[in-house]
Amino acid sequence: MSVETGIHSGRSAALLRVLIPVVMALIVGGLILTVLGKNPLDYYGYVLQRSLMRWGGAQETLTRMAPLLLIAAGLIVAFRAGIWNLGGDGQFLLAAVASAALAPALLSTHVPRAATLIVCMLVGSLVGALWSLLPAWLKARHGVNEIITTLMMSFLGTSLANVLIKLVLNDPDTTVPQTRSLPVDDRLPRLFGTTIHCGLVLAILAVILVHLMMTRTAFGLKLQVLGANRAAAVHAGLKVERLTLLAFALSAGLIGLGGAVEVLGVWGTVRADWNPALGLLVVPLVFLARFNGYAVIGFTLFFSALLVGGESAARRVGVPQHYVLVLVALLLLFLALVEYLDQTRRKPGTA
Amino acid sequence: MQVGQSADSPGSPQVAVAALRRVTKRFPGIVALDQVSLEFHRGEIHVLLGENGAGKSTLVSLLAGMQPPDEGEILIGGVPAIIASPRRSMDLGIGTVFQRVLLVPTLTVIENLMLGGPWQKPLARAAALRRFEELSGLLGIGIDARAPVSGLSLGEQQQVEIMRALWRDAKLLLLDEPTSMLTPQGVVDLGRMLRRLKEQGVALILVTHKLLEAYEFGDRISVLRLGKFAGEIGPQRLQTMSDAQKTETVIRMMFGAAAGTDAAPDRGRNSVEGHEQELAILLGRKLRRVHTVDRGRPAALSVRALVTAPDFAETPLHEVSFELWAGEILGIAGVDGNGQKHLAEALAGQRPSRRGRIELQGVDITRGRVPERRQRGVRYVTDDRSGEGTVGTFSVAVNLVLKEIGALPYWRHGISDWPLIYQSAREQILRNDIRTPSELTPVGKLSGGNVQKVLLARELDAQANVAILNKPTYGLDLHNQRLALDRIAAAAARGVAVIMISTDLDELLEISDRIGVMFQGRLAGIVANDDDAGNQIRRLMTGAGAS
Repeated sequence: MSVETGIHSGRSAALLRVLIPVVMALIVGGLILTVLGKNPLDYYGYVLQRSLMRWGGAQETLTRMAPLLLIAAGLIVAFRAGIWNLGGDGQFLLAAVASAALAPALLSTHVPRAATLIVCMLVGSLVGALWSLLPAWLKARHGVNEIITTLMMSFLGTSLANVLIKLVLNDPDTTVPQTRSLPVDDRLPRLFGTTIHCGLVLAILAVILVHLMMTRTAFGLKLQVLGANRAAAVHAGLKVERLTLLAFALSAGLIGLGGAVEVLGVWGTVRADWNPALGLLVVPLVFLARFNGYAVIGFTLFFSALLVGGESAARRVGVPQHYVLVLVALLLLFLALVEYLDQTRRKPGTA
Repeated sequence: MQVGQSADSPGSPQVAVAALRRVTKRFPGIVALDQVSLEFHRGEIHVLLGENGAGKSTLVSLLAGMQPPDEGEILIGGVPAIIASPRRSMDLGIGTVFQRVLLVPTLTVIENLMLGGPWQKPLARAAALRRFEELSGLLGIGIDARAPVSGLSLGEQQQVEIMRALWRDAKLLLLDEPTSMLTPQGVVDLGRMLRRLKEQGVALILVTHKLLEAYEFGDRISVLRLGKFAGEIGPQRLQTMSDAQKTETVIRMMFGAAAGTDAAPDRGRNSVEGHEQELAILLGRKLRRVHTVDRGRPAALSVRALVTAPDFAETPLHEVSFELWAGEILGIAGVDGNGQKHLAEALAGQRPSRRGRIELQGVDITRGRVPERRQRGVRYVTDDRSGEGTVGTFSVAVNLVLKEIGALPYWRHGISDWPLIYQSAREQILRNDIRTPSELTPVGKLSGGNVQKVLLARELDAQANVAILNKPTYGLDLHNQRLALDRIAAAAARGVAVIMISTDLDELLEISDRIGVMFQGRLAGIVANDDDAGNQIRRLMTGAGAS
């Protein structure tokens, strides 16, 4: 990953480093299916057909990308700054609950729809950012490892979301504990008569903006210096504590926005037992893309298609529904392997 | 080709402990070692001399099992050996002390020494402690085995490294630039240790680029130049030569004058023209600085009773006061670890001061941190070049502006002007003769001398008023050391007030106007750089002058 523009020295080599793991994962994944007595070509065929070949499936794939992209944008900010924000699930869910509860409430007090949606998205970001405040402060001030604290806060966050829905924000008209449902007409506007909501545009924009911020601005470079060498950041006089807090807030804010967009665009309500747990799923994608925003868009499309197609393909071929996760795991494994081989091959000599 | 060797070694009854036979090692674009043959004998300190990039470190890495040679063979005890791994190297009785400290800082001395034992066996602490005592006695050192490594001085850490290298009865001890991080006293101690080992019959290889050390320690001196064996001075010849003769001979081997010992065609910068000039600099040496400090004017920097808070394993400052004028070079001598780091960091704004006052041209800057002070022209060249001075994975260009991020002209409204940054970097690279493939090369891939050129270029810019330099020549070869000193002297001539911290007293005596001595966090005294300065400083360094 190059600091300045995210462009690798050799484009084809970079492409290979990404394509080889993908192809290997698909092959080995296919072998596993064969061992299980299933036809891998059937499986992959169904995945493709369901997620991309059919218009309905394609729309679903694209819609599914929106939260993934926003989470990815948030993770890019954090990871490039050397901050391991693994508390995405808590940040995402609390933001989702907050915006889900707020939207119907605002509409019932005759706030216009556009304003409601915008306010809800802002509140979602804010809630996500707030939920990262404690880990951020502990990290900035006391150097407490944020992997532990963000994960812990994530558990607390998902539990709190659950409790909030059951005790405070539940809709008395339903038997299942869930927030009051946002009418379909009041959700995020659809794009050109499709089922894809405009959150996707927002998400793509966010990823691109984050990428540009990281590669073209002083702030982004400061975050990268912090991420690459904290001692050098101190030496260069960067305000390390403030940068840490900002990176956390931005990261969790974007993830929170993802939660808000998913609820405002797709579901309209949050059920107490709902937890898509996308936070950790996106981590490998961001690594695969080497924190490059443009590459992340491509991977998210790939992953989203796998998610959408994988479920029905698994059902039709007769393997567990989460077989997709096996593919993701293989992908990571081969990614690490290719990275390792690449490193050893290019190991510079000392003269 | 092998000058002098034939006079000493034929008919030698012993088989060489280790020998290289026409060894070649290539890296993309360079031949690091080219058909080099050398022998290392029992009870002999064999000094390998050469500039950065001469192939010394490559040679060490071959013997240490870090990488295999491309051609030729290595003989251990007369038998061809394939040193496929560091472990194999140790099994063959080769101990290596690398240039950088490779200890685990959070572990204690004895824990570090026990690392690398067979994994399936429980740690034998008692046996390890016995071995530790034995080696302590052998080397004549007294380190606490239970002390965490991070609390040791660099010199002590190196002693632990030597112990580790000897841990398994090494027959051959490799030391790669062992003196580069030592104090004068540390060098003396090291010399004593090496002589003891020699008496024990260990064969020692000492890699260095410092000529005086080569004469001081070496029984045999071999010179490498651009990957080739450039000549050797055997023990008998070495004894009959004066230092001046040795220098003359060695310098000619190192830089390949027309002496005819080396038939290799000159490469790159060592081309014929400019060559005599280079030789003249290296032989004639001494900088001639004109001392034109005007102490009638207000001081550029004034430090009053500066105190820093104690930090883990670091000596804090205690009531340090001094004044510094524009164009002056104030050398700071002292044994490493006597508060130099805190002094540099407190002045740069990187470390808060607990008490005291710092004035820059009459303005109180005690409260200002790094950005404010840098704005006012305070510059700091850290001795930790790769740790904090640069971001190794970032390009040379980014590292050149590392302390300017967000500032004009490279950033407008926070937006990076990469073309301008690159263009300016290319100019800096040319002006400062930074040897790098391009401005986009990660700075971590450059040699130590070139990394330091990057730092000096960044810090000794036109807006510098006060420059704090911490060990600016540490680890640099002769040539780059001269270049660094020249740049520092040039900066002073432009009117920059320079504080130069160094453990190399010779270099301080050469370049400084006055020299202060740090002892246990205090400034034990400041002496004018006259003929007696050396003696006074040595006295102050032991704490004799402090009260």
